[in-house]
Amino acid sequence: MASSHSKQAAAVAVSGVSMLYEVRNGDDVLALDNVSLDIEPGSFVAVVGPSGCGKSTLLALLAGLLPPTSGRLTIDGDVIVKPHPKVGVVFQSDLLLYWRDILGNILLPIEIKDMDADGYKEAARELLSQVGLEGFGDKYPYELSGGMRQRVAICRALIQEPGLLLMDEPFGALDALTREQMIMDLQTMWLRVRNTVLFITHGIDEAVFLADRVIVMSPRPGRIDLDLKIDLPRPRRWSGIHEDPKFNQYIRQVREMFEAKGVLVSH
Amino acid sequence: MTQLKQAQASPSSIVPRTKKKRVHGSILERYAALILACSILIIWQLAVVLLRLSEFVLPAPLVIAKRIFVEHELLISHGYITLLEVLAGFGSAFLVGIPLALAIFYSKAFERAVYPLLVALQTVPKVALAPILVLYLGYGWAPKIMLAFLISFFPIVISTVVGLQALDPALVNMVRSMGASESQVFFKLRLPSALPSIFGGLKVAVSLAVIGAIIGEYIAAERGLGYLQLQANAQFDTTLNFATVLTISFVGVFLYFVLAIIEEKVSHRRDRAN
Repeated sequence: MASSHSKQAAAVAVSGVSMLYEVRNGDDVLALDNVSLDIEPGSFVAVVGPSGCGKSTLLALLAGLLPPTSGRLTIDGDVIVKPHPKVGVVFQSDLLLYWRDILGNILLPIEIKDMDADGYKEAARELLSQVGLEGFGDKYPYELSGGMRQRVAICRALIQEPGLLLMDEPFGALDALTREQMIMDLQTMWLRVRNTVLFITHGIDEAVFLADRVIVMSPRPGRIDLDLKIDLPRPRRWSGIHEDPKFNQYIRQVREMFEAKGVLVSH
Repeated sequence: MTQLKQAQASPSSIVPRTKKKRVHGSILERYAALILACSILIIWQLAVVLLRLSEFVLPAPLVIAKRIFVEHELLISHGYITLLEVLAGFGSAFLVGIPLALAIFYSKAFERAVYPLLVALQTVPKVALAPILVLYLGYGWAPKIMLAFLISFFPIVISTVVGLQALDPALVNMVRSMGASESQVFFKLRLPSALPSIFGGLKVAVSLAVIGAIIGEYIAAERGLGYLQLQANAQFDTTLNFATVLTISFVGVFLYFVLAIIEEKVSHRRDRAN
């Protein structure tokens, strides 16, 4: 899988990273405890875990939005001290700016990097048509459904051709059917782009379906409990995958880890 | 991606349903305000004629309209003075208020020091300050402009601070993750998202500035619409009195619409869903 990655795909290294949130006159929260993780360029890594396991903190650290309490994170060897130009982020909600049209929203990162936004218009339209939103460029966010808006947010993250795409529970706010469609579309898109993806979710099935590797985390303090290689041929098809014994075996392994850690309690 | 069913919908079919209704809304709905205003004027006119009220007690709308037409030069010359006072007071409130709001927003210490003071000052009725202002600033332009300034200053500061503070922090993180500097965060994100609130405050402030200038003219003036109204009152000229009130209202409405047009130009597009 890794051999077919694109040139732009970035390598990620997290070594011995801890993150302590100091809470005034209360117990400090250790969100991440000595976490280490190496991600090969061009691989799709999903991180699953319950709320409070520090998975969003890990993403914020990689996005350069927070400095770690200790340890270091690198992207292609550069130590992250501020947002790295090779990184694109998709957040849980679409976070589109309502006063900008769709094209203006997608071109926002280009404007912020002081690059020629006009030169990227064609690329933005091309991305829109790839996510099934051809001709929506001059619409405004309020004219689109939740799923469409999240597609636009993905286009916005991809316009700068990020070597590393960080996704923070991007389908968490969508209804079940839209989510299913988005999961399949994301796979199609990623197979075309082949950049490095770190995908954070609490959906075990979408993690196993999408990823080359599933990282399972447990809360307080946030640690990596399991690093599971997913060996399923691509492209994977969502319909019928729940009957695939190998797929179900992976799901079971993740669930067993959650049960062992008391995250899931079986009665 | 292309096999996607739901996304095959054409862009034009996503226009919200409410829009259609708005365009084809009944005539009554579209011109509701105009119809109500006309009805009130007709009832007023009829009441004056049928009850044989003297012009001194209550002049009929048509009589007032005729008077405005006849005296338009007088009204315009006094209105021009009032307009200048309002613009000077409101303009300086804008020039001082916006930077002050930014300082309050960006500096915690400044907020702690200035905000409570500002709120305390706001509880002082500005109208009650008018005689004192005349005492210190004399009978010229200064007390009128000062009163218009004081009365319109507070809503500008508050609406700007509130507008800036209302921003979703997740949006700031989103823009920061793209490597935005603080000035980019301000111009691409904070300012545009605060504009509706800022303009809301400016519209309130400009109407209040008119009140401030008129009050100033009531206390001590030799020109301006407030002065003209007192003159009409002293001469028991009720019709001119009403004509002046209408001109004062016109000044306020005019400035309000100028701001609305600027808002349209500056923020190109308003949201309906926000």
